[in-house]
Amino acid sequence: MQKRWVALCLAAVLVALPASAKTITIEPGDNAQEEVQEALILAEPGDVVALGAGHFDFTVSLSLDVDGVTIRGKGMDKTILSFKNQDAGAEGLIITSDAVVCEDFAVEDSKGDAIKAKGSDGISFLRIRTEWTGGPKETNGAYGLYPVECTDVLIDGCVAIAASDAGIYVGQSENIIVRNSRAEYNVAGIEIENSWGADVYDNVATHNTGGILVFDLPGLPKQGGKDVRVFRNEIINNDTKNFAPEGNIVGGVPTGTGLQIMANRNVEVFDNKIHDNSSINISILSYFSSGRPVKDESYNPHSTKIHIHDNDVKNGGNDPKGIVKTLVVGLVGEKIPDIIWDGIVQEGVDNPEIYIVNNGDADFANIDLGRAMSDPKAARVTRDLAPHKGSLPPLKPIVIEGS
Amino acid sequence: MRSRNQQGVTNSLLAMMSAAVLLSVAVATYFLAAPSMPMALAAEAGVQLPDNWKPFKQISEYGLFADPAAQVPAEGVLPYDLTTPLFSDYSTKYRFVWMPEGEAATYKGEESFVFPVGTLLAKTFGYVDDLRDPSLGQTIIETRILMKSPEGWVVSVYIWNEDQTDAKLKVAGGRRDVTWTHTDGSTKNLSYIIPNVNQCKGCHIVGEAIKPVGPKGMLLNKSYPYHDGAANQLQRWASEGYLTDVPDDAPAVPVWDDPETGTEAERARAYLEVNCAHCHRPEGPANTTGLDLRYGQEDPYAWGVGRTPVAAGRGAGDRLFDIVPGKPDESILLFRLESTEPGIMMPELPRLMVHEEAVELIRAWIEGLEEPA
Repeated sequence: MQKRWVALCLAAVLVALPASAKTITIEPGDNAQEEVQEALILAEPGDVVALGAGHFDFTVSLSLDVDGVTIRGKGMDKTILSFKNQDAGAEGLIITSDAVVCEDFAVEDSKGDAIKAKGSDGISFLRIRTEWTGGPKETNGAYGLYPVECTDVLIDGCVAIAASDAGIYVGQSENIIVRNSRAEYNVAGIEIENSWGADVYDNVATHNTGGILVFDLPGLPKQGGKDVRVFRNEIINNDTKNFAPEGNIVGGVPTGTGLQIMANRNVEVFDNKIHDNSSINISILSYFSSGRPVKDESYNPHSTKIHIHDNDVKNGGNDPKGIVKTLVVGLVGEKIPDIIWDGIVQEGVDNPEIYIVNNGDADFANIDLGRAMSDPKAARVTRDLAPHKGSLPPLKPIVIEGS
Repeated sequence: MRSRNQQGVTNSLLAMMSAAVLLSVAVATYFLAAPSMPMALAAEAGVQLPDNWKPFKQISEYGLFADPAAQVPAEGVLPYDLTTPLFSDYSTKYRFVWMPEGEAATYKGEESFVFPVGTLLAKTFGYVDDLRDPSLGQTIIETRILMKSPEGWVVSVYIWNEDQTDAKLKVAGGRRDVTWTHTDGSTKNLSYIIPNVNQCKGCHIVGEAIKPVGPKGMLLNKSYPYHDGAANQLQRWASEGYLTDVPDDAPAVPVWDDPETGTEAERARAYLEVNCAHCHRPEGPANTTGLDLRYGQEDPYAWGVGRTPVAAGRGAGDRLFDIVPGKPDESILLFRLESTEPGIMMPELPRLMVHEEAVELIRAWIEGLEEPA
């Protein structure tokens, strides 16, 4: 008697639970624009929008504004969302909701960014390819993956090709993991900008203009880039001529940049393989190196607490380009050292804590850019690593639930 | 002391938990299936509000129009327009507001009014056959509705039938080929975009909340030719019981193409407010750029002077700054207004064409700007 009564109550409880999430499946076809967009509008939290194998052709951006939705294809080489004929809307896909997962599809040839996520708490890109199929061109969209103002960002197993700004970008966000991904033939391969807390690891950045950038820029709602770990990446042979349109700040990245850190605090770089980047393998810079004036009083343009250790760095600086060629060669000679620091320190700071240790035979120069920019002859370039012996406590690993 | 029987304790606990769950489910179900409050609010007017705030399938169910084809509103529905409107590829726009009996909005000068639950804001888009003489005929294409539910604004889009008698709800939007004779006598063709409901939120959003963009005090403060004579809109809304707290010295944004209503600079900023500031403002969809094009933004660096773009991509052309005083052809802002290429053009939506007349104004304005001190 008791057991049956308990079972009845449990059954009532189960019946009362919300209807289980559903999968909406869409195959490629003439009506793709309307069908996929309608599915993304009508999806409910927990639903999966499943895209079949083949080419989907779109003329207008797609958008998702429902929390908790997964968009899932059959594979980054099988399910292809093509925006080659796009005539309206800036992005391929724009996401403005939380707890969204995009997995196993590709976005090709969007007129603007391939996939943008704005203000998403919880956004995962798993095994996604973004590509401009005509190769590096100034007319390509700016970003491949573009989460901005997000939290808990996971980019895993993705591929980004030929973006005219950054292939894999995370901006003005917090709690970020970019891993197991490949960026090639972009201007910036992987970029972490104005963000707090990022782990960038086990990635390959090759044949970009610059492999991995860690930047902080002024005049934006979120600033003070900090707490970034860059480790176990292969940053090799970044040699694509800078094809960013001129107005962009990324247009100033010299072709052949491996890793560039600008205006960030607490960056730990270790166990990377950084080879054959023809301008500079690793550069540690302040915002002043951009040549642009700083009008934002709340902005900190300096890089401090930068810990570069145990990296395999070699063969860089053999064929410098851009400002490296025009300015740095005059300071250090034809062969650019593997690791460059611009030497600009905030007034009143004794030790900016730039620690460079255990990087094999990698050579170094402090190019005293502060003096060099006004008068290269007055610059006091030093190649001595002694002031840069030291270490910082290791940064804590980023944790994203369910990742 | 005798100890309790373990099994009996477990059963009691389970019973209490189950009862609690059942009770919460019952309460939730009651509220979800509650009879529609909206019906009570709508009872006295001809206008109807849908059950549970779920948009009607046909626009006729709202009862907003006495003559849909001519866009004559039903009783109690108030037409309105703005001093400077959003450019929508030379379409004709009809705007309407309705509020439940006894309900009024609270005036705000620089933000949209605070509207009561049950408000309907409707905006119909159409094209006249000949811009030189609208009386020659027109076709209406779509009507967008913002409905204020207790949880916030609900968006919906309706596409009109060929007879212009009714319009159907279409969440995914659509395209329509339109053609008209332009002001200069030329024939224009356009693949007009009817937005999907997500695209509404692309502009109609502040922070996380959907918001109207047009009905702000400073944009409504003008005369409107009502059927019974011209009158100031703020005063008419107040006298119809639709608006409270209208100040005596309410501000007005000038009419962008009427030099009698403001200086060139004021009119240029008015144009940018209405065409850009729904995104380019704090908490707007383009807040991450830091560019703030609201009419009231007084810091030149914030509204673009000497500002470098963050993520414009090729939208920057090969120009370096948003606005270079005195140099319109070095200013990214003008470059983007002059473009029709997705990825470059601004605003991103809805326009497909260049607003030639406005480009002239913006060009002249930048030409006349001086470097800030």
